Amino acid sequence: MSDPTRSSPTENNVTDESMEQAAEEQAEQTVAESRRTHHAIWVSGTEERMPFAESTDEGAQELLPRDEDPALAMQRGVVVDDDYVVPEHVDDAERQIINMGPQHPSTHGVLRLHMELEGEMVRRVKPIIGYLHTGMEKTAETLNYAQGSTNVTRMDYVSPFANELAYSLAVEQLLGVEVPPRASAIRVLMTELNRVASHLLSSATMGMDVGALSMMIYGWREREVCLDFFEKVTGLRMNHNYIRPGGVAADLPDGWTDDVITLIEMVNGGVDEYEELLNENPIWLDRTLGVGVLTPEEVKQFGVTGPVARASGVDWDLRKQTPYCGIELYEFDVPLGKHGDAFDRYKMRIDEIRQSLRIASQITETIPAGDYRSVDPKVTPPPRARIDESMEALIHHFKLFTEGINVPPGAAFQAVEGPRGELGCHIVSKGGARPWRMRWRAPSFAAVQALPSMMTDSMVADVIATLASTDPVLGDVDR
Amino acid sequence: MAGISDDPGFLLTTVGKGVNWARTRSMWPATFGLACCAIEMMGTGAAHNDLARFGMEVFRASPRQADLLIVAGRVSQKMAPVLRQVYDQMAEPKWVLSMGACASTGGMFNNYALVQGVDEVVPVDIYVPGCPPGPQSLMHGILSLQEKIMSGEIQRSTGIL
Amino acid sequence: MTDVDNKLIAALLEPFESAQVSERAYASSDSTYFAISIPVEDWVAFAEAAKTRGFDTFSDLFAIDHFTDAPRFEVVLNLVAMIANERIVVSTTVPYDDPTVPTLTGIFAGANFYEREAFDLMGIEFPGHPDLTRILMPDEWEGHPLRKDYDIGAVPVQFKAGSADL
Repeated sequence: MSDPTRSSPTENNVTDESMEQAAEEQAEQTVAESRRTHHAIWVSGTEERMPFAESTDEGAQELLPRDEDPALAMQRGVVVDDDYVVPEHVDDAERQIINMGPQHPSTHGVLRLHMELEGEMVRRVKPIIGYLHTGMEKTAETLNYAQGSTNVTRMDYVSPFANELAYSLAVEQLLGVEVPPRASAIRVLMTELNRVASHLLSSATMGMDVGALSMMIYGWREREVCLDFFEKVTGLRMNHNYIRPGGVAADLPDGWTDDVITLIEMVNGGVDEYEELLNENPIWLDRTLGVGVLTPEEVKQFGVTGPVARASGVDWDLRKQTPYCGIELYEFDVPLGKHGDAFDRYKMRIDEIRQSLRIASQITETIPAGDYRSVDPKVTPPPRARIDESMEALIHHFKLFTEGINVPPGAAFQAVEGPRGELGCHIVSKGGARPWRMRWRAPSFAAVQALPSMMTDSMVADVIATLASTDPVLGDVDR
Repeated sequence: MAGISDDPGFLLTTVGKGVNWARTRSMWPATFGLACCAIEMMGTGAAHNDLARFGMEVFRASPRQADLLIVAGRVSQKMAPVLRQVYDQMAEPKWVLSMGACASTGGMFNNYALVQGVDEVVPVDIYVPGCPPGPQSLMHGILSLQEKIMSGEIQRSTGIL
Repeated sequence: MTDVDNKLIAALLEPFESAQVSERAYASSDSTYFAISIPVEDWVAFAEAAKTRGFDTFSDLFAIDHFTDAPRFEVVLNLVAMIANERIVVSTTVPYDDPTVPTLTGIFAGANFYEREAFDLMGIEFPGHPDLTRILMPDEWEGHPLRKDYDIGAVPVQFKAGSADL
């Protein structure tokens, strides 16, 4: 690797001193660096080892000795009365602290669980999060309202449409714009199909974690059908940026009803297969019945919502309680569980897939014609053809793309029923094109907080089943 | 290590090529799925786009048993030392594939919380752009990496071969 | 206190004379929720009263940094009453030189992680919290990232092949 600016020794007028200096520096250069510069490729064994061991310690997050742990009372959950539970012998020498994660095949992302074990029984659990913290709430303060949904869609990355919907509804609450009915129907269709895709993923990963490895492949087979439809409508398989303040980005393509009808048929057939595979499978029942029980009181204390709450018998679904986007026009049931264990949570998701497909088929029949986004010129840019004809259209286009949507000062909170529960967006605006503060109410944050109550006094293997059935998405937890 | 790159003669080049061929045909990835890219990585391993045809469907949880570290997703400041520790634990020969925009450059999150490009922490052999890259992009990246190994452009050595 | 139609909210706010309430409508929906602001002295008492009156579901707790407006920090609590199908968004303000809000972990166990997050990202102190440590940032991080005087920390993007040749 020759340096073209370096002249030959006979020609340059460099003094002897600087040549000596250069020679010293050359000698100081380590073998590693010389190899790296000489070869211009990575040659193995040349990286410097850095002492990172301390950085991965718990630090302030470590489990304190039992007597000093003030949070212990809070995580005592309900003890399921069966013969697995062994009475406690609190003896320091017997306890063992084990760390699970953040790099682990079964933690559904980068969740770290700090567990205190007594043999095979888990006595204390502390979830340590923050390994995926992306500063999205701070980033939202630098993006204008049209760009905001690109940021927000990557929080709960398994249900991007739900994120975008919560954000767009909050912005629309501040703006006071009405969204045309076709746009609302499209929004409901996409979020319900997203619920289907998300529950398929959750059931697939739960199957894999509990041991039914083929469930992973089956779940993904149906999920690919959903992702193909998303790609047809929005252009992307994930992180779509499709639902924006004012409506949706583009109308549904021609022939979408046939695609949705085929999708419904295929996914319903797939769900039939999963139920046949798992619902009466003795191994599945043994591993999920009575495991990870969460009582309704704990559900309310921790703010857990979604299928986890409904599995415990808490009948709360925002689509029924505070309906939005015209979802009250469609007929669907909300499945409700009784026992609050892992099996009920799995069953909730399977049943919800069927109900969401019901909504989707109703939309194919009843979707109204009309605009797919609001015609308010302060929110929606005019069609490109109009710019040549009208001066006003040109000015609106210019203002919207240079300044952004101007939102009046105020605060707005809006929550939607995401696949994991109540997904809320609280926006504080002080006027202008950027939010002053955007707060994301993440459903998985509450679910992770409730994990100790579900896992304490159970076996190590039950920890995996519980975690998988709770289905946290760490992008939501850490934002 | 210096022996192979100097003129090794006929027998060692053929063995070297054979070794490279064997390495590329069953490169086991380590599970390092972090965020959205992890979902697409799982999708690449699933039935529709099948990684098993390249010998890669076994995602080893233990880094000591893995060859390829696919960093799939955004690496936060808290996760960077963990990433480095996992990389250090892998045995030679090992390769790193940086999947997605966030792993390659920090992506759309140019802020305090993310490491702006995973190559600040580990040496990267191939970058796959996309947000997230679809299974086809990821497979293209993996196959390009395999080509680079076969041609000798990327040399990873255990010290003997 | 502004007059409010809703009986539950009116009964809840009776003992708190300095509370301000306004009803807000959700977008694309017929439902509404109530935004209430109270002084920080009433914080714990209000949360207890809300819980006994049916607002027993904890939804959210976070902080806002108003920067140039005094008082600087606003802490917001979001509670749901499932029985009555109502939601209240309660906020209180604390100044910059004394950003302390009493903890709600004795009333709602779920406030634990949320208060830790408000402490980590915004620097609000919650006396009485069992474990007030950083939760999202690394333990040895300095500063509170979500505050307005904390820079976003963007790295200038350098393009290697580029304008130098033009």
